[in-house]
Amino acid sequence: MTAAPDHKPTFATLSLGERLDKAMPVLLIPILVVLGFLAIGAPSSWLTLTVSGLAMGMMIFIMASGLTLVFGLMDVINFGHGAFVSVGAFVGISVLIALGDWTGATSLLLNMSAVFLAVVAAMAVTGVMGWGFERVIVKPVYGAHLKQILVTVGGLIVIEQLIHVVWGPDEIFINRPETLKGAITFAGAAMEKYRLLAVAIGLILFVAMRMVLRRTKIGLIVRAGVENGPMVEALGYRLRLVFVGVFIAGSALAGLGGVMWGLYQEVITAGMGEKMMVLVFIVAIIGGLGSVEGAFIGALLVGLTQNYVAFLEPKLALVSNIALMTAILMWRPQGMLPVVKAK
Amino acid sequence: MSDPILSLSAVYTDIAQYHILQGVDLVVPRGQVTMLLGRNGVGKTTTLKTIMGQWAAKSGQIQFGGADITQMATSARARAGIGFVPEDMGIFSDLTVAENMALGCISGPLKPERKDWLLSAFPALATFWEAEAGNLSGGQKQMLSIARALAEDRKLYLIDEPTKGLAPAIVSTMAAALRELKAQGASILLVEQNFSVAKALGDSAAVMDDGRVIWTGEMAELATSKDLQERLMGLSMEAH
Amino acid sequence: MIVKLLSGDQPRSPILTAILLLILVCLAGAPFIFDGVRPLDTAARICIFIVLVASYDLLLGYGGIVSFAHTMFFGLGAYGVALASTHMGRGFDALLVGSIAGALAAVVLALLIGLFSLRVRAIFFAMITLAVASAVAVLVSQFSGLTGGEDGLTYKIPRVLTSANRMGEFLGTKISGKILNYYLIFFASLALFLILLRIVNSPFGRVLQAIRENDFRAEAIGYRVVWYRTVATCLSAATAALAGSLFAIWLRYVGPDTTLSFEIMLDILLMVVIGGMGTMYGAVIGAVLFIMAQTYLQNLMGVASEATHGLPLLPDLLEPDRWLMWLGILFILSVYFFPTGIVGRLRERSTS
Repeated sequence: MTAAPDHKPTFATLSLGERLDKAMPVLLIPILVVLGFLAIGAPSSWLTLTVSGLAMGMMIFIMASGLTLVFGLMDVINFGHGAFVSVGAFVGISVLIALGDWTGATSLLLNMSAVFLAVVAAMAVTGVMGWGFERVIVKPVYGAHLKQILVTVGGLIVIEQLIHVVWGPDEIFINRPETLKGAITFAGAAMEKYRLLAVAIGLILFVAMRMVLRRTKIGLIVRAGVENGPMVEALGYRLRLVFVGVFIAGSALAGLGGVMWGLYQEVITAGMGEKMMVLVFIVAIIGGLGSVEGAFIGALLVGLTQNYVAFLEPKLALVSNIALMTAILMWRPQGMLPVVKAK
Repeated sequence: MSDPILSLSAVYTDIAQYHILQGVDLVVPRGQVTMLLGRNGVGKTTTLKTIMGQWAAKSGQIQFGGADITQMATSARARAGIGFVPEDMGIFSDLTVAENMALGCISGPLKPERKDWLLSAFPALATFWEAEAGNLSGGQKQMLSIARALAEDRKLYLIDEPTKGLAPAIVSTMAAALRELKAQGASILLVEQNFSVAKALGDSAAVMDDGRVIWTGEMAELATSKDLQERLMGLSMEAH
Repeated sequence: MIVKLLSGDQPRSPILTAILLLILVCLAGAPFIFDGVRPLDTAARICIFIVLVASYDLLLGYGGIVSFAHTMFFGLGAYGVALASTHMGRGFDALLVGSIAGALAAVVLALLIGLFSLRVRAIFFAMITLAVASAVAVLVSQFSGLTGGEDGLTYKIPRVLTSANRMGEFLGTKISGKILNYYLIFFASLALFLILLRIVNSPFGRVLQAIRENDFRAEAIGYRVVWYRTVATCLSAATAALAGSLFAIWLRYVGPDTTLSFEIMLDILLMVVIGGMGTMYGAVIGAVLFIMAQTYLQNLMGVASEATHGLPLLPDLLEPDRWLMWLGILFILSVYFFPTGIVGRLRERSTS
């Protein structure tokens, strides 16, 4: 069986330049890490900062992944996504506080069990909330961006206020579980244990998400739906159900991100999700709206940039992300890995 | 014509403020190839999309396999047994050829004998089985689009201009594959501008103008009558 | 004459006309009708927020663009006046220079953001403005040497405009510079509002609305959509900055919380949607209602919370600090059920 000779595949003829262009977004991470090394000079500080940058990036990625997929699938931009971050943090931290005996013990098993239960509770609550949010807030305004932005912001306000109703108006301070406190030293660089854990969880999630998207039928439907929803329906799949599923999963992941961020900051407030939305949006935009891989790369870039700049010139930390976003959008106006949209 | 697989009666479809379909009556007999013909812009593509549910019929009725599907969701129509090859092919370019084919099967993985048949009809797909569909040539994409619609047995295939813009060599591959599908007894509603392909494949024909079906009859009758062609489509369709 | 002042855009509803007249009379006579400092302060805030919300309506209601940077422009104007008054000393020249500089800075920034993000995708604009606005807020609180940081800046305004300037009595009210200041705010706000009304009823405003309805078609007809949207963004930003300048003149204080915070941004959104998007008069109704609610709804809720004391959850939901939640719910409901807001509703009533 041979191909007709008159139509060769185009990918066989990619030039080096084109291939470099394709791989560029991924290459940006090592380039940034090397630049960070040159700018900082001291290897131990650089290592510490790199780890915390990666940890921060992973957590932002966890929060941003759902948002970007939801947009890709149904063209829905959820400004209320941050509310799930806050709710997840409050539920998870409440569980941790309730399990104070477990978190206070110096047993890794008890500590991790408590964290695990907290995460499960947070994800369950935010997942169910996501389902309700989709039905009540988002569904009536499909296809109308303006109304979508407005009602999801409204949803954000209401949920934030509900947090105050349930947990009171004040911020809550928490301690990390005993065995996650402190740092380990490697090559003269102190690396907080919790940050290493965050990096590990983020990596595992990213790999798992990629597996689901690449290897399962649901993943195929999601990827195809991001590109051309109507065609997926014309083949016989109920895209709406898939979308609701993704929305729920994305909300649950935001909840997970909330617990992790809460433990990272060791303080939680009702407004924390709203504040995180800024970084989440930057990540989703520079990654290319709808692209999980793009969000992952974007999140790591944002986390690393923020940490390096915070060390070099603290006042410019947040602004550095705006600069990063501007630079990337000038280079690729649709983000690093733009999603191909049919139509 | 007993027991048609699909029938449309007085279907009206609006797109934005434009009245595109203005009372389409159409019958597609079971086990035959029905050609949907007409000049550009008379509503052929909109008719297929309305049957598929991608545009909502404002009024009228669509019967498929004896059931009224006028109000059904697109996905439900597909699951009821309609396979669709849209005008723009609807290839998922980020996915591989294999993944595109997998999405063509809604009730399980692609059956090996089906795969063998499709790959022998469209050998190019075998060569690029693991390649991203976005990198295929236009003709290969068109083959993939048809192969994907055929990945599972469906009761009816709606195929929109499968030979548009293709090189003659590929057109004949395409026509051969459709002939084979026809020989298996499939019901097909085919929009086709290439008259020699239409003549070779069509059993019956329906000609549209201005959002309506203005003539139905045997394809052979239309193919042999220059007079009829000129009257219906404003030009005679010379066989290439 | 009045029709001309209103640029031919009349309220078109007897009830609305009556309410607007009542508001106008109350604001115009506020120093004489109400007693004490607090009502005058409320009246001044209402004037300023009417302009701020109306300028946002130009963008959201007429242009169909969602921005989260409106407080940033508001803050630019406020900080312009504050910085000019701090560095040039008290004086009208400082107020003028500060206002103009603030407005110019707002226009430049709006132009940059607009050209950058409106070109790509309208939805980018919402996200990017959110990011930029939060970055500016952080910058302002970090560069405390210049901006006073979280504490903000306190400065002096011309003596004529302060309560130290006593000018005798009129209709039983002591006339002080504070009242003069109020009238400066009042007339400036009125003028800005009428200018906005003129803009939305000009050919420019009509093209903007055509773009909002169908940007593809507007582009096809030959209007440069990006250009129109960017100009609308700049106009809206300049007006917001001027409102900020007025606020700074009134308060004699600027700080991140009072001018730049995301909370104020949400307030503006609530006001414009509840009042009525794309109507201009909606800004008046929305601002009045919201600021009154901010001031008085909380008292009412306090009473209700007391009354339901002992019941589960209800007292918490009615806790005065939770007033924003109820407005949030009202906001969502208005987007669903009456997207043209109170003004739209009143107009429908009078035409049916």
